[in-house]
Amino acid sequence: MATSVLERRAPAVPHTHAKTGLWSWITTVDHKRIGILYGATSFLFFLLGGLEALVIRLQLTGPNGKLVDPDTYNALFTMHGTTMIFLGVMPLSAMFFNYFIPLQIGARDVAFPRLNAFSYWVFLLGGIFINTSFLVGAPPDGGWFGYANLTSSRIIPATAAAPSPGLNIDFWVIGLQILGIASIAAALNFFVTIVNLRAPGMKMLRMPMFVWMSFVVQVLLLLAFPVITVALIYLMMDRNFGTSFFMPDGGGDPIMWQHLFWFFGHPEVYILILPAFGITSEILPVFSRKPLFGYTAMVFSGIFIGFVGFGVWSHHMFATGMGPFADTFFSLATMVIALPTGVKIFNWIGTIWGGSLRYTTAMMMAIAMVALFIIGGLSGVMHSAAPADLQQTDTYFIVAHFHYVLFGGAIFGLTAGAYYWWPKMFGRLLDETLGKIHFWLMFIGMNATFFPMHILGLNGMPRRVYSYPEGLNFEFWNLIETVGAFVLASGFLVFLVNIIKTWMGPKNAPADPWHGATLEWAIPSPPQEFNFPKLPQVGSSVPQWDARRAAGGHLPEPALVSGEGIHMPNPSFWPLMAAIGVNLTLGSLLFIRQLPYWYGLTLFGAAWLFVSVYKWAFEPAH
Amino acid sequence: MTVAQAATASAEHGEIDEHHWTSTGLDTRKLAIWGFIGSECLFFASLIATYLVYRGQSLVGPLPHTESQCMLDGKMQACEGIFEIPLVTFGTAVLLFSSLFVVLALYGAQKGDRKMLITWLSATVICGLFFIGMQVYEFYHFYHKGLGYSTNLFSSTFYTLTGFHGSHVTLGVIWLSTMLVLALRGKLPPEKALNLELAALYWHFVDVVWIVIFPVVYLMR
Repeated sequence: MATSVLERRAPAVPHTHAKTGLWSWITTVDHKRIGILYGATSFLFFLLGGLEALVIRLQLTGPNGKLVDPDTYNALFTMHGTTMIFLGVMPLSAMFFNYFIPLQIGARDVAFPRLNAFSYWVFLLGGIFINTSFLVGAPPDGGWFGYANLTSSRIIPATAAAPSPGLNIDFWVIGLQILGIASIAAALNFFVTIVNLRAPGMKMLRMPMFVWMSFVVQVLLLLAFPVITVALIYLMMDRNFGTSFFMPDGGGDPIMWQHLFWFFGHPEVYILILPAFGITSEILPVFSRKPLFGYTAMVFSGIFIGFVGFGVWSHHMFATGMGPFADTFFSLATMVIALPTGVKIFNWIGTIWGGSLRYTTAMMMAIAMVALFIIGGLSGVMHSAAPADLQQTDTYFIVAHFHYVLFGGAIFGLTAGAYYWWPKMFGRLLDETLGKIHFWLMFIGMNATFFPMHILGLNGMPRRVYSYPEGLNFEFWNLIETVGAFVLASGFLVFLVNIIKTWMGPKNAPADPWHGATLEWAIPSPPQEFNFPKLPQVGSSVPQWDARRAAGGHLPEPALVSGEGIHMPNPSFWPLMAAIGVNLTLGSLLFIRQLPYWYGLTLFGAAWLFVSVYKWAFEPAH
Repeated sequence: MTVAQAATASAEHGEIDEHHWTSTGLDTRKLAIWGFIGSECLFFASLIATYLVYRGQSLVGPLPHTESQCMLDGKMQACEGIFEIPLVTFGTAVLLFSSLFVVLALYGAQKGDRKMLITWLSATVICGLFFIGMQVYEFYHFYHKGLGYSTNLFSSTFYTLTGFHGSHVTLGVIWLSTMLVLALRGKLPPEKALNLELAALYWHFVDVVWIVIFPVVYLMR
C-alpha cells in the first residue's frame, strides 16, 4: 500500500518467476490462477453441501425417518444452506469474476493482485474453519439465518434452558466473519478493477453484460456485508459477554437480528443470482448469433434490481407482525422488483428469438436457467402478498421457491458458464455428449426434486423439521423428491467424469471455439500470464465480432508471444501469511467463553497479521 | 498531474503508457479507499441505527442523561446523567483540528516542504493520540460509575459504537505514524505524497463519522 505510483514503475531487469510447482501456486497473484483455485475449492465445498442435501433427502424419503436424529438434522440443513451460499455459489461466482472480468475488460490483471490472493486464502481458511466444527462434534445448527434466540448461549427464564450453549453457533459466527472479510476485500478489488482498468475505448456502456452484472454485485457486497458484520458482532457479544442486543430479558429485541440479517440477506440473494444473469447474457447472444437484445435496458434493469434489493428485506419477516404500513411497503417494493427481472427475461427471449441457435451444452444450460428462473420468480412474487406469505412461510413452498431461483437460476447459470468458458481456462473443450447427459440428468433431477415441494408446501409440510408422521399424504412426493435428488447428483457425477476425461484428453480448444463476442476470445486458450500483449482498443460492446467482421469472417489463431517488456506483479506469500493472521485472530475467539487465557492466541494472531501487512506493504509489488 | 492522469492524457493522443493506464485517470488506490469508505459507511450506519433504535429502552441505569425516574441499585430513583459533555466536546474539537492539520501536512508533502510535513503530521498524530486517551479515560470513568459493557442496552450500544470508532482512530494513528516515520527518514518525497493522501482520506472519514456520532449520541436528548 505504501509504494507509490512512481515506485511501481518497472525495474530495469524483468523478474522471472517460477511457473510450476506448489510454491508458485501458494505465492501466485495471477488472477487466472486464483480463479482456478477459487473454482476448485468452491466445487469441493459445493459437493460437500450436496452430500448434506442427499442425507437430508434420505431422512425424509419416508415417514418417521430414522437415519439421523433431530440435532444432526438441524446441523445438516444449517450447514447445507451456509455451505451452498457462502462456500459454493458465492466463490463459484468469484471464480468467474477472477478469471473473466480482467479478460473481458481487456486488462492484464485485477487492480490489486495481492489483495486478490489474500481474499482467496481467507476464503479457503474460513471455509475450512467453519467445517472443522463437524470434526469436533459442534456443527452450527441454528439455520443459515441464525435467528435469535435460537442462537443464545444464555438461559432463557421461560424454558430454564440455554438454546445453544455449545460451540456450534460460535463456529458459525466466527466463520461468517472470516468469510465476510474475504468477500469485502474481493469486492473492493473488482469494483476498482471494473471502474479503472477497462481497455482504451471500453466505455461503461460497452462493457460485456457479465462485467456489468458483476459490477452491481460488487457494490451490493460492499454495502451489504458490513451490516451482517455488525449483526454478528452483536451476536458474539450476546453469547460471550452477557449483553442483550437480541435478548428480551435485558430489553433487547430478537426481531432486531432479523432486520440486520435480512438487510444483508436480501441483497445477498442478488449477489448470488446476478452473476448467473450475466453469464446467461453472454451465452445466449453467442449461440443465437445475434447481439444481446436491449443492451441498455439490461444494464439499467440490473442496476435497478441491485438498488431496490436494499428495500425489500422485510418481506422475509411478514410473519413477525410488523403492522400494515410496513407490510404494505415491503409488499409493494417486492412487486416492483419483479419489473426489472421481467425486463431481463423478455430481453433474453428477444435475444434468441429468430436467431440461428446452436444447442451446445452451455446454451441448453442457459436456456434452462431462464426457464427455471421464471418459475422461481413467479413463486417469489406470490410471497410478496403478505397474507399469502403468512400461509406459505416456513413451509416447503418457500424451499421450492428459493431452490428454483438458486439451483434453477444460479447453479444452472454457473454450470452454463463452466461449459462456455472451460476451453478458455484450460485449452480443452468439455465433451458435448457427456455434457448433454449432464444437462438432462440435472434438469430432470432438479424438477423432480424441487417441483413437488410446491405441492407439499401448500399442503402444509413444514420446513426444517426432521421427520413427518404417516397419513398426511406427504409420502408420495417425498419419495419422488429423494429419487430426483439422486438423479441430480448423478448429473454432477457425469460432470466429474467429463472433467477427468477432458483433463486427460488433448489440448483441442482454439482461441475462439464458439465465435464469441467479447475480448477473452481474442487471445490464446489458455491465455498467457499477461493476457494481452498489447492493450486492445475497443469500439463497441462486441469487439471480437467487430474484428471477425473486419477480417471477412475468419480470424487467424492468435500467436503466443514472448511477453518481453511486459511487467507483471511479483509473486508474494504475504497475502497467505496475512490470511493466516486473520484466521488466528478471529478463530481464537472461539473459546473466549470457556478459556479466558485464549486471548493470548488472539493477540499473537493480531501481531502476526500486523507484521504480515507491513511486510506486504513494503515489499516491491512489481 | 498524477502518473495515471498523464498516462490517460497521453492515450488521448494515440499513445498509451500501458503500465499506468487507467480508464478514469484516477489512481486505483485512491478509488479503492473511496470504495472502502463507502463500505464503512454502512458499518457505522448499522451501529448508529442500533443505538437509536435502543435509545430509551434500557431497563436499568446508569443512563446517559439525567432522569427523574430510573431503576438503579434495585430501586426506582432519580439518577444523574453519566455523560461528561465538556470533555467530549473538547476531544471532538481536537479530532476536528487534526483533520485540518493532516491537510497542512499533505500540502507540505506535495510542496516538498519537509519541515511543514513533519510538523503538521506530528500534530495530527498527537491529536489522534489525545482523542484515544480521552476515550480511554471516559470508558474507565463510566466503568467506575457502574456502567459495564453489559449493564444495559445503552451501555452495550454506546461502548460498541464508540469503541469501534475508537479502534478506527487507533488504526488511523498507526497508519499516520507509519507515514511520519517515512517522512522522518526522508522517504515521503512530493511524488509519493499520494501515500499520505490515502491515509488522510481515511482520517477525514473517521472524523466525519465522529461528527455524526457526537450529536446523535451525546447531544440529542
